Amino acid sequence: MEIILAVITGVLYASGIYMILRRSMVKLILGIILLGNGVNLLIFLLGRITKGEPPIIDSAEKVLEGVYADPIPQALILTAIVISFGLQSFAIILVKRTYKVLKTDDLDQLNTTDEDS
Amino acid sequence: MLEAVLLGFLFSLFLVFAGSYFRGKLAVLSSIIPISLFVYFLSFIPEVSNGEVIYENHEWIPSFGVNLSFTLDGLALLFVLMITGIGSLVFLYTSAYLKNHNYLDRFYGYLSLFMASMLGLVLSDNLMSLFIFWELTSISSFYLIGFNNDKADSRKSALVALGITGIGGLLLLGGAVLLGDVAGTYRISEMLSMRDAITDSSHYILILLLIFGAAFTKSAQFPFHFWLPGAMKAPTPVSTYLHSATMVKAGVYLLFRMTPVLNGGEIWHTILIAVGGITMLYSAIHIIFRTDLKGILAYSTISALGILVFLIGIGTQAALIAAAVFIVVHALYKASLFLITGIIDHETGTRDVTQLAGLRKVLLPVAIAGFIAALISGGVPPTLGFVGKDLIYESTLHFTSNAVLLTIIAISTNVLLFYAGFVAGVKPFMGQLPKKFENIHLPSPLMWVPPLIMTFAGVVFGIFPGLIESAFAKPIAMTQAIAFEDFHLKLWHGFNTILGLSAITLVLGTVLYLKLSPRHALENSIAKFDFISPKVLFLKLSEGFAVFSKYWTNFFQTGYLRHYISTIVAFLILLLGYLIFSDFSLETDFTALADLTIYEISILLMLLAGVLYTVFTKSRLAAVAALGVVGLSFSLLFLFYSAPDLAMTQFSVDTLTVILFVLVLYKLPRYLNLSEKWLRIKHGILSVSFGILITLLILRVLTEPKNTEITEFYAENAYKLAHGKNVVNVILVDFRGIDTMIEISVLIVAALGVFGLLKLRLKTRDKK
Repeated sequence: MEIILAVITGVLYASGIYMILRRSMVKLILGIILLGNGVNLLIFLLGRITKGEPPIIDSAEKVLEGVYADPIPQALILTAIVISFGLQSFAIILVKRTYKVLKTDDLDQLNTTDEDS
Repeated sequence: MLEAVLLGFLFSLFLVFAGSYFRGKLAVLSSIIPISLFVYFLSFIPEVSNGEVIYENHEWIPSFGVNLSFTLDGLALLFVLMITGIGSLVFLYTSAYLKNHNYLDRFYGYLSLFMASMLGLVLSDNLMSLFIFWELTSISSFYLIGFNNDKADSRKSALVALGITGIGGLLLLGGAVLLGDVAGTYRISEMLSMRDAITDSSHYILILLLIFGAAFTKSAQFPFHFWLPGAMKAPTPVSTYLHSATMVKAGVYLLFRMTPVLNGGEIWHTILIAVGGITMLYSAIHIIFRTDLKGILAYSTISALGILVFLIGIGTQAALIAAAVFIVVHALYKASLFLITGIIDHETGTRDVTQLAGLRKVLLPVAIAGFIAALISGGVPPTLGFVGKDLIYESTLHFTSNAVLLTIIAISTNVLLFYAGFVAGVKPFMGQLPKKFENIHLPSPLMWVPPLIMTFAGVVFGIFPGLIESAFAKPIAMTQAIAFEDFHLKLWHGFNTILGLSAITLVLGTVLYLKLSPRHALENSIAKFDFISPKVLFLKLSEGFAVFSKYWTNFFQTGYLRHYISTIVAFLILLLGYLIFSDFSLETDFTALADLTIYEISILLMLLAGVLYTVFTKSRLAAVAALGVVGLSFSLLFLFYSAPDLAMTQFSVDTLTVILFVLVLYKLPRYLNLSEKWLRIKHGILSVSFGILITLLILRVLTEPKNTEITEFYAENAYKLAHGKNVVNVILVDFRGIDTMIEISVLIVAALGVFGLLKLRLKTRDKK
């Protein structure tokens, strides 16, 4: 299973980077989201995969025992998902504003300051 | 001694606050500082002449071996007395020379900063503190040289001087670090016993070159000499102070100080004699082509510095004593000549030696000082100059190789220096007084007494050389770690070869002075060769460097995001790829694939389809929808693999993202493929290879055993310590609670940003 997920992570990285290299700002944001998902999956994989054993202590027990999924990568990814949501929403609104002011979605037309143009 | 060094710094700090009181009549009071320091250091003469060395140590950064340790031996004493003695006279002179200048207090501030740094430099026993004071002299001299900062010329000269001496400072730092590494200490006094270890070490040549570089830039040796004539743009008191006794002598001091540590045979002698010899003759010849008094003095200063380096290169006891005596001789006559030039400039408004004549009729005391200074400079008995010149000839004549050649070079240089001294000190006062100068008055005694004092000192020391012998010459010779032979400085050695050489020098010098007069034609003729002068070459080099760095910057800093990203990614691919392929063994267990269920396979296919569709679709809405599919597949994936919390978070976040996207989408322009095809292919190759690398990297990492120490801690203590059964939640809100709180504040900031951007109403002016 890990092999397939590793390949999927590679695909997410590749598509993320490819989209970031486009000129359109919307594609840039899509690329960042894809890359972010790839990173999450990478972290998830490093904790190894466990099926059907969430890190939750049984109501009768006091410690987590036996086979269980690693909680640390999960905690990290949870943080990452939430933070990237903050980033994404801000970026989406920023693109909207940029278009409203400059009437363009093309990154190449944004690489000069006011003084130069 | 620490107090003595700090006094100057404190005074300049004091001037920052109380400076306005020192612009007027009180200015002359500032000279109390150098005078009291001079008297303080004079009190050490008896101890030092008995051969005692006074140490003082203050811990600063002991863990690095960097301390404020000071040594006062014969060499240091010679320099501190010059610094404070000539400093006193310059302080006095300045109060009249720059009378009522708007920034007189600032000038004194720089001057005392400089003096204090110089004192620190020559007293330092620790190479690191020596380096720091060395840099401080460069910086404070930058302000002094550029004091007339409303003139472009001044600013440029100051910058060139700072550039050259700054390079020297870096070299010194390199040399000091290497030397400290080899010797295991930064204390020069401790290095003395390790000379053999240092000269045998593999870094010896490098250390030598670095220290030489530092000394040559500071002491204006060829080909770094050109900053010195440029520095003549400074007010005359600055030229006097920096170029006669202090700043430029710092390099000579360093060589002197390092002689017992680094003097390791052939290479030391060869380089120093060659550089010193070239410098002294090259710049002495330049004197003929100058008509500006300060220009003449500048080149004769460089020449004198060349002589000093040359003598240290010869390195016999006689040569080192000659150097020590010549330092005093040069300081006395050069400082006087600079001050005299300053008076002439101040009163007549010109320094052009072709226009000056007959000034003795109006400036008699100055003329006397000038005449004596010229005598000292020319080495005419009974002045100290004569003693100095004899010692130089003695050391060249007795050198083991090429004695004749070296003596000829020394004689030629001395003849030209004789000429320089007379042109600067005598010529302006001789002949017919032009009408335009008839109304000149003698300036304040504060200006003409200092050169008189120095020139008289030069005569007194000449008649009684014993005064210098016991105070400096003998202690210096003793600290140089060469077999010490007793000697006596004498004015009269009897009839011998050296006396003959001296006589030849005087005769030739007199002939040169009478036959050759400074002319503008000569000055113009040499200007034709400027294009190959070190100065021009250096400036061109620095311009070229600026152009190069502009291209370099523009090459990497294009302003296109994709260039930055692809550079970074490409570099990462090369680096990671190299690492992976140089050490890669893939042992993957393919049998686990058999356990795949139909649910897993379908989700993975969905995920893959979503990703590919997002990348390749031509519709923006479809791309956003496909992204939603990716996100939802992710939440299912998390659900299968024991991460229910992640599944829920991913689900809600992804839904929100898609909604947000759709909300703003309809306002955006058409979704276009903006890049050309070849660019897309190039980026495709780049990103696919990056993806492959990441996959390989993961597979490689998965073969390593996992560290479960922290995981076990949480599994053990989630309930016991935090009373929660969901371990992931416990980690987030309890063990790492503060992280989560900060994360929430990040979200709040993002929300505020979104809110602000949505509410922002641009004024019409900004919209354009």
